[in-house]
Amino acid sequence: MLNIKKLHKSYPIGDSSLHVLKGIDLSVDNGEMVAIMGSSGSGKSTLLNIIGMLDEADDGEYILDGVPIKNLTEKKAAIYRNKFLGFIFQSFNLINYKNALDNVALPLYYQGIKRQERQEKALFHLEKVGLKPWAEHLPNELSGGQKQRVAIARALAANPKLLLADEPTGALDTKTSYEIMDFIQSLNDEGKTILIVTHEEDIAHMCKRIVRLTDGVILEDEKVEQVRASQYV
Amino acid sequence: MIKFLLERDTWQEVWDSLSKNKLRSMLTMVGVWWGILLLIGLLGSAKGLENSFNRLFGSFATNSVFVWGQSTSKPFKGFQEGRRVKLTLTDAKLVEENVEGIEFVVPRNQNQSLVVRDFLSGTYSVNGDFPLLDKVQKKKMMFGRFINQSDIEENRKVAVISEDIYKQLFEKDEEMIGQYIKINGMNFTIIGMFENGNVNMGPTSDIHIPFTTFQQIYNQGNQIGWMMLTGKPDADISQIEADAKLILRNLNNIHPEDKRAFGSFNLGKEFAKITGFLIGMQFLTWFVGIATLIAGVFAIGNILLITVKERTKEIGVRRALGATPFEIKRQIVVEAVFITLLAGVFGIITGGWILIGIDSAFGQGDEAVIVNASVSIAVVFIALIILVVLGTLIGLIPAFKATSIKPIDALREE
Repeated sequence: MLNIKKLHKSYPIGDSSLHVLKGIDLSVDNGEMVAIMGSSGSGKSTLLNIIGMLDEADDGEYILDGVPIKNLTEKKAAIYRNKFLGFIFQSFNLINYKNALDNVALPLYYQGIKRQERQEKALFHLEKVGLKPWAEHLPNELSGGQKQRVAIARALAANPKLLLADEPTGALDTKTSYEIMDFIQSLNDEGKTILIVTHEEDIAHMCKRIVRLTDGVILEDEKVEQVRASQYV
Repeated sequence: MIKFLLERDTWQEVWDSLSKNKLRSMLTMVGVWWGILLLIGLLGSAKGLENSFNRLFGSFATNSVFVWGQSTSKPFKGFQEGRRVKLTLTDAKLVEENVEGIEFVVPRNQNQSLVVRDFLSGTYSVNGDFPLLDKVQKKKMMFGRFINQSDIEENRKVAVISEDIYKQLFEKDEEMIGQYIKINGMNFTIIGMFENGNVNMGPTSDIHIPFTTFQQIYNQGNQIGWMMLTGKPDADISQIEADAKLILRNLNNIHPEDKRAFGSFNLGKEFAKITGFLIGMQFLTWFVGIATLIAGVFAIGNILLITVKERTKEIGVRRALGATPFEIKRQIVVEAVFITLLAGVFGIITGGWILIGIDSAFGQGDEAVIVNASVSIAVVFIALIILVVLGTLIGLIPAFKATSIKPIDALREE
């Protein structure tokens, strides 16, 4: 599914540059659920952004589902993002003047799907996250957990190959966090490949594999016994 | 692109983003609205003024000059000064033959006479005229006809009267064609009645009789009161005036530098002044209107730029979800054009209301200063096209601004 070799990335800071990723090798198979852990500044978000094609690596190889991701134009990157990836953000990033249904339908809009079909698909995914009755509500009428579920529905709407979550529970209380993780686990059970960036140990242990980053290198990469979130819910 | 513009989703997106901040969208529109309002209001008023001038001069060949004889002020070739200059039909004929650019020469005669009908009477100006007069000073005939060539050749005693005279000499709704009136003690058959002009240019002309008849009854011989020279549409009327006077001086033995021997009134020159004023006003109107429009469109661009800044994150999200830079740009340009056009249409509508207001306040009746204040559909279209072009251009600035930020930076912004 995902293959990364000797990935380097540095950011210019004034005259010098900050070397954030110092040769990352990572490969993720279909159906895996991987937590990327690390303290702030370890480069975990940068790695996720590169995987998410929001940022480009300076050096190294990145192959996603057999497609080498290199020298992308903005347009191509946009099309790949739309086709391959679903994003879940810490701050949900819902569009606040669109209701839940329209938010979920947005990736489908950019796929050029017709309105009718789009609404149906979006509604299907909203139902999947249990928010069908809230379809007409604006994001500010929803609780944090509900917002994140709308965001998950949105990420799922385009049926992506890979789900990328950047601190998906960072803005939620523990109980809601577990509910969200429970849902993400169920998605993984259905076969979705999921990458989660987090700095919370309990969240990381709800994945099947933990990759620990420190100062831009992978320190540890281990398979773990998955803790089911459902027992806390 | 056409398909894109016809899709409901496109407009849903535009509507969503504009209606989420209604107040700001409205304020954004004020500039363009005001510009179009000014443009339509001013252009309409200018057109109304032009219409009212055209109504005043409408029935008149405006490229004309009147020439009449006065008294000489310099002795010449044995003649003393103070000699009365009398123009003749021969003079008129020679002027017509020799001056370049002349279309018509209309010799005219006029006299004040007592006009009697039964027990009613009044003193009116009686004009001896050729049928040609109808060409240069169109008479709106309400009944009957104007003088024709047969009237001239047979010295018929026929008269064409104005509506005013009819009102003074006849009962209301009384039949007047074929009736007689007494001019200078002689019976004349009425053959026609014309509508009063809005303005009487030159001497008043209340009763017209055939030129030859006039010669007979007033014993005028070959003399004429004055002549009206009409130039061809592209002829220089000042030159015609000068040329005609030169010929008339030679024919009547008048000193070349005698400025008082002939009186003249150059209607063409006067009219050109008014036309020039109107053109100037229209130019000014366009200038002010377009300048205001441009300012308004810039205000829209400015606000959109701010909006884009505020929407950086939203744009980042959209791009993360797979919106291509082109789609983002297109969206913002469409928003810009839409808001510009919407403001423009509002401006046109309110401008139209103002013109209706002006029309009902100043545009009623015969003495109206502003007649039918209006703008043509073409002007409206030009204004709309200008708006679309300006809206597109100004929308490009925030559009490029929006996509110049990397999605990662846009998302990072909290």
